[in-house]
Amino acid sequence: MRHLSRRAALALGAGSAAITLVGWNSGAFATPQAAADDIAKFTGGATPEKGKISIELPEIAENGNTVPLSFAVGAPMTDADHVSDVLVVAEGNPNPGVATFHFTALSGKAEASTRIRLATTQNIVVVAKTSGGKFYTAQKLVKVTIGGCGG
Amino acid sequence: MAETPKIRVPKTAKKGEIVEIKTLLPHIMESGQRKDKDGKTIPRKIINKFVAEFNGKPVFSTNIEPAIAANPYMQFFAKVEESGTFKFTWTDDDGSVTTAEEKITVA
Repeated sequence: MRHLSRRAALALGAGSAAITLVGWNSGAFATPQAAADDIAKFTGGATPEKGKISIELPEIAENGNTVPLSFAVGAPMTDADHVSDVLVVAEGNPNPGVATFHFTALSGKAEASTRIRLATTQNIVVVAKTSGGKFYTAQKLVKVTIGGCGG
Repeated sequence: MAETPKIRVPKTAKKGEIVEIKTLLPHIMESGQRKDKDGKTIPRKIINKFVAEFNGKPVFSTNIEPAIAANPYMQFFAKVEESGTFKFTWTDDDGSVTTAEEKITVA
């Protein structure tokens, strides 16, 4: 993309956007409410405390088809007390679920990186559960230039 | 049909060290959201589960939804107290399983 002229880049962007739109099921998008429902299922209704989690995501994702995501939960990782599960949901994708990560004391750190798809500009919410039954949450907004509609 | 995964595990580590692991499995991760030329939905076909074990004990696993990008990439950590073998398992929607192993020597 960097080597394209501005005009070519714009034309390419417009073309991709048109193709993407054809592929979308209208009205089939998750809402913040659907994401909140997924979180409530994960926490069993408990309200997660804000903090302890850092999220790395680009502020602007040029291509929603592959967006690097990293998270780190600042918590001990011992047999007695460790982060056991981390839920990632996207508020504006066709389905809110992105992935659920499972950790053990053998993980050493409650950190992971992957690459995700984002259909549009939206919040990504991360919720962590500890073996002691505590919940923490953080979220980050990503602006998406070209949607990766699960494609 | 099974593709070969790409895996990075250090060959050696100190006892108690937390090592970084990177894995990637080439896979289309068809989301089930796309339509073909005739407007028919292309059926979902993704890797829905990734598991990492060390000497048979769970280290890290992921339940994966279609919102994980094609060629699912996972970077994570493992605390190693002894020499042994990491086993990685990817499960496809069609039930097929890809596995790989990597040895590490802990001094």
